[in-house]
Amino acid sequence: MIEIKGIRKSFGDLEVLKGLDLNIEKGDVVAILGPSGSGKTTLLRCLNFLEKADEGTMIFDGQEFDMHSASRKTIHEIRIKTSFVFQQFNLFSNKTVLENVTLGLTVARKMDKHKAEEIGKNLLDKVGLSDKYEAYPNQLSGGQQQRVGIARALATDPEIIYFDEPTSALDPELIGEVLAVIKELADEGMTMLVVTHEMNFAKHVSKKVIFMDEGNIIASMPTEQFFNEQKNERIRNFIKSIEHKGEQK
Amino acid sequence: MKIINLLTDSFLKILLPGIRVTIPLTVISFSLAMVIGILVAFVQFANIRVLKQLARFYIWVIRGTPLLIQLFVVFYGLPSVGVIIDPFPAAVIVFSINEGAYSAETIRGALEAVPKGQIEAGYCSGLNFVQIMWHIVLPQALRMAFPSLANALIAMVKSTSLAANITVMEMFMVTQQIVARTYEALALYLELAFIYLMFSTVLTRLQTYLEKRMNTRGA
Ligand SMILES: Nc1ncnc2c1ncn2[C@@H]1O[C@H](COP(=O)(O)OP(=O)(O)OP(=O)(O)O)[C@@H](O)[C@H]1O
Ligand SMILES: [Mg+2]
Repeated sequence: MIEIKGIRKSFGDLEVLKGLDLNIEKGDVVAILGPSGSGKTTLLRCLNFLEKADEGTMIFDGQEFDMHSASRKTIHEIRIKTSFVFQQFNLFSNKTVLENVTLGLTVARKMDKHKAEEIGKNLLDKVGLSDKYEAYPNQLSGGQQQRVGIARALATDPEIIYFDEPTSALDPELIGEVLAVIKELADEGMTMLVVTHEMNFAKHVSKKVIFMDEGNIIASMPTEQFFNEQKNERIRNFIKSIEHKGEQK
Repeated sequence: MKIINLLTDSFLKILLPGIRVTIPLTVISFSLAMVIGILVAFVQFANIRVLKQLARFYIWVIRGTPLLIQLFVVFYGLPSVGVIIDPFPAAVIVFSINEGAYSAETIRGALEAVPKGQIEAGYCSGLNFVQIMWHIVLPQALRMAFPSLANALIAMVKSTSLAANITVMEMFMVTQQIVARTYEALALYLELAFIYLMFSTVLTRLQTYLEKRMNTRGA
């Protein structure tokens, strides 16, 4: 469904993505792991053109184009087909929960307001927020805000959702409710690319794991194989250190 | 007793031009200033090249020169190059251009204070730049800028007294004329000050009320 070839990105002298390739099939749930600063966020942002890659080719639904010179129209088409869930939620603070979810439908897609609200309410029910339609984001807990973020991402019926550490800004006791929603989506066959530090999520929900290090993908394999047959010493140590941290919590 | 009669007689005489001139002058000028302010702030926020430079130049000149002199340039200066403008429209032009420069800076600061992540989320929802500005950034920015803009409005009510200098028949001008006839400068100017105070008080109350109402909704 999405294929990326040779994506490069530098910030000044710092080369953050060093020409990596990526292939995502429909229904894939891919966890992206890797140490801090390895370029995970930058990769996701380039995929949705929040950051412009210096080089790289994208093939989306069979349509191939250069990522650096993509036209505004192409970028818009890609964004219409994809969604993004942010670490810091980034809800529209002047809009109610329901408006947050429907804005992409009523404004960007000119959908009828009642139809959009019906979709929005269904999704909010799905993420367990049926009593919060009219609340404002600052009246919600972090976990609730992120569930609104997920409902907003789902509203536009995307082909793929990118998640950038969806639970890292949450208190430990709120992480579970958000992961449960993402797991439900995985079970329904939603295509998702999830940057995460949650080993349990990577192990039990994702079907594939990508490991990034210093701007390269150094491993990309089925989840089972990644955790159980890991030959790379560096990756084994990384997993151990994270799991150790997890236990200390 | 004579002084009390004078004050009650003059009260309406001063208040009437307040309602007929000071208020319309303020309302029209401030509304235009808001339009100018939003456009000039927007041009800078969106980083539109030449227009941004023009915006900086405009703000630099207007904020760097006295309002009174701007009034004189337009009303007494421009006729010498064939541009003759009546007192009231001249005052509207100067007050709106002057306040536009200040509110542009206020609004630009507020636009920049809206978290960038919300703009990115807007793009990810498929909105374009103008839709993001209209639905997300501008409403939040105006709410943040509201207290400063309300203060600016109150300041403008008082600044309109400067229009007396270009023969606009507003409250100060009318009071000066009454003083010239009666020589009761202290009482009459205090009365004028009191009327300005009434106007400002109403606006301050309104500001407090609106701020409270806004705070009950969202961030
Ligand atoms: N806008 C930017 N300007 C300059 N440098 C940047 C910018 N964004 C990211 N970087 C740098 O690029 C590198 C990769 O950052 P990135 O955020 O992609 O890492 P990450 O893998 O997501 O890390 P983390 O796990 O901490 O979120 C870092 O060294 C970071 O400092
Ligand atoms: Mg990151």
